[in-house]
Amino acid sequence: MKLKGAQILLRCLEEEGVDTIFGYPGGAVLPIYDALYDSNIRHILVRHEQGAAHAADGYARATGKVGVCIATSGPGATNLVTGIATAYMDSIPLVCFTGQVATHMIGKDAFQEADITGITLPITKHNYLIERTEDVARVVREAFYIARTNRPGPVVVDLPRDVMENVIDYESDKEEICIRGYRVMKGFNSGQVIAAVDLIRKAERPVIYAGGGVISSDASLELRELAEKRKIPVTTTLMGMGAFPSNHYLSLGMLGMHGTRYANYAISESDLIIAVGVRFDDRVTGKLDDFAPHARIIHIDIDAAEIGKNVDVDVPIVGQVKEVLAAINQRLDSVEEYTEWHKTIDRWKDEYPLVYGAPSEERIMPQHIIEVISEITQGKAIITTEVGQNQMWAAQYYKFKYPRTFISSGGLGTMGFGFPAAIGAKVARPDLPVFDIAGDGSIQMNIQELATAVQYKLPVIICILNNQYLGMVRQWQGLFYKGRYAYTDVSHQPDFVRLAEAYGAVGMRIKDSSEVEKAIREALEIKDRPVVIDFWVEREADVYPMVPPGKSLIEMLGGD
Amino acid sequence: MKKHILSVTVENKPGVLTRVATLFRRRGYNIESLAVGETENPSISRMTIVVNGDDRIIEQVTKQLYKLVDVIKIVDISEEKRVERELVLIKVKADATVRTEIVQIVEIFRARIVDIGRDSLIIEATGDSGKIDAIEDSLRPFGIIELVRTGKIAMVRGGSRG
Ligand SMILES: Cc1cc2nc3c(=O)[nH]c(=O)nc-3n(C[C@H](O)[C@H](O)[C@H](O)COP(=O)(O)OP(=O)(O)OC[C@H]3O[C@@H](n4cnc5c(N)ncnc54)[C@H](O)[C@@H]3O)c2cc1C
Ligand SMILES: Cc1ncc(C[n+]2csc(CCOP(=O)(O)OP(=O)(O)O)c2C)c(N)n1
Repeated sequence: MKLKGAQILLRCLEEEGVDTIFGYPGGAVLPIYDALYDSNIRHILVRHEQGAAHAADGYARATGKVGVCIATSGPGATNLVTGIATAYMDSIPLVCFTGQVATHMIGKDAFQEADITGITLPITKHNYLIERTEDVARVVREAFYIARTNRPGPVVVDLPRDVMENVIDYESDKEEICIRGYRVMKGFNSGQVIAAVDLIRKAERPVIYAGGGVISSDASLELRELAEKRKIPVTTTLMGMGAFPSNHYLSLGMLGMHGTRYANYAISESDLIIAVGVRFDDRVTGKLDDFAPHARIIHIDIDAAEIGKNVDVDVPIVGQVKEVLAAINQRLDSVEEYTEWHKTIDRWKDEYPLVYGAPSEERIMPQHIIEVISEITQGKAIITTEVGQNQMWAAQYYKFKYPRTFISSGGLGTMGFGFPAAIGAKVARPDLPVFDIAGDGSIQMNIQELATAVQYKLPVIICILNNQYLGMVRQWQGLFYKGRYAYTDVSHQPDFVRLAEAYGAVGMRIKDSSEVEKAIREALEIKDRPVVIDFWVEREADVYPMVPPGKSLIEMLGGD
Repeated sequence: MKKHILSVTVENKPGVLTRVATLFRRRGYNIESLAVGETENPSISRMTIVVNGDDRIIEQVTKQLYKLVDVIKIVDISEEKRVERELVLIKVKADATVRTEIVQIVEIFRARIVDIGRDSLIIEATGDSGKIDAIEDSLRPFGIIELVRTGKIAMVRGGSRG
């Protein structure tokens, strides 16, 4: 059959099971857009390419499928960069298609030429520049394969215009993918599993430290089985929220810089840490030398390079979390004991619960808003966040119960991520309410996507915790720079209610604590357009507890 | 800190060298020398990378390199019995008064004279790093006009493959 490169591309996407693409057109991708016009694949037209990358990312995080976005050459492609880096840091599977000038023009500084494979080299799992139409099918299949297998990540495929225009004879073949330098990890070292089981049996003060890898490996059930069998307390990273139910009696909540005191104490006192799909990030470990000083460490990760990267471990196990945990569980019997360790942890939980200042009529506490959303939705919602205090409060106060319900930029910390990610999540999961917990600073970084949400009738609920500050930065200035609030006051801001309305969304402003619940319930009733709720919150509320940078986990400020 | 010689087979495709170099730069590892060339299989190139670092760093370098899709195999041949070679071209000042002396040095090192100018000679030498350093030192007093030195290439002795 005679087909254009662009048509082959779309056939391959259909074969990969792609149902939605987030994108923005331009000259270099015209042939692809022309082919899309005839395709069953849904194209969501964003208003800025960064929005396309984050929306594809939100879609991927909500479903576990590969997210797909497309942008034109040059500025379109470079606008994707922040989104690609965000997905890379959090190991999210994306395939990003970029237009490119025709092959004979490459390297000549042609109009809208940017070396996007060069630019994205350090922020992609792999990338391709396709030079022949004959290679389109193979490369697209490899790209999806690489993005979703082993440690997931973004793959960029750069598509010169002539490669997409050329017509070749094409028959779809289902040849097996064979990449010499890339093997999908199968199995694990069972000797190491036995060693792990042995350590778990002997441990007196074990803690499970679970992260994003549990979610990407779809292993929450196995995790729960391990915890319940051996009565092991579980703390999760920011990326692991939802991997273990927050209301479970063994849950310690989040650990790390803004983790709970009891999670950080438990880690610091533990004699065995079972690290599952985590990468010992500095926001988690605090001062490395003082991290878990009494503990042996079992580390389960699909990426061998993560083992021993930051922390020396006693029992490394390279493999899929799901398979490894299942193997460990199989070899362990249940215990029923309530030990000294559990008593100690219960005491910490009683002594150091998460606390914040009491809300009053005139004073809305941002934490209270999150608690109300949690109360109303009972974990049956997707919560995306922007970056800063809003993000930390969402992680601390929302009771997550299910994986893939918390979507946040952890590794890169990208302001402006939450709203487009919420759009992607809503497209993927129309059955669930989707909230973007936002700051008044962050929301302005991709506010243009209101037009997208309105156009596609996506009832995403944006809750702006409006403190008229770049709150998280202000908090650090308060703590470490003598309260000199250099350029963090953003009280010069648009009227968010009128702005929402101008876009065709619903806008609400809430200044009174007693109206918080009503507003959220009202927003949940709206099914055909986005809602922006501008909550005027206590301006100088801080996120506590906090491990100051460079300090050990037990040197926490606040929350005592 | 120890010198390690990594023999890395990679896809012979454009951009692969950049990927490897970018990885070293981004992770803050220092390449001491690097030589690339096609192997007996034209779709595969071999990079011989000399890198300084303790075992932990080398382990990270290796694991990170393996994550590059275009990297096929990595062997640390530092502990193997091996043949190592570098090649150098040295253009040295050489008027009639010193030519004989230079020719003697060239003979001692079993190097070769590959170009004769009116006041200069180009000398080619191959050998391990020690020998190359030594010939360079011996010629320096005459005045080195230009010097080009390749990275190290290496091969494990005996029947096995690196
Ligand atoms: C303002 C701000 C404050 C923050 N504060 C905190 C904080 O207090 N506490 C906190 O925890 N984080 C915090 N973070 C987030 C932090 O920066 C990191 O993003 C996070 O801790 C990393 O989580 P993770 O270790 O679960 O790793 P991820 O980035 O989720 O990585 C997943 C790991 O699992 C592995 N993996 C993936 N798939 C599989 C699989 N199928 N099988 C096996 N292994 C797999 C990967 O190789 C990787 O090592 C903060 C971020 C911001 C922006
Ligand atoms: C794109 C980007 N620029 C700058 C930062 C640095 N930064 C981290 S948190 C923060 C403040 C965020 O303010 P806001 O969105 O109002 O949220 P708040 O902390 O007040 O909840 C800033 C500027 C960032 N993370 N991302």
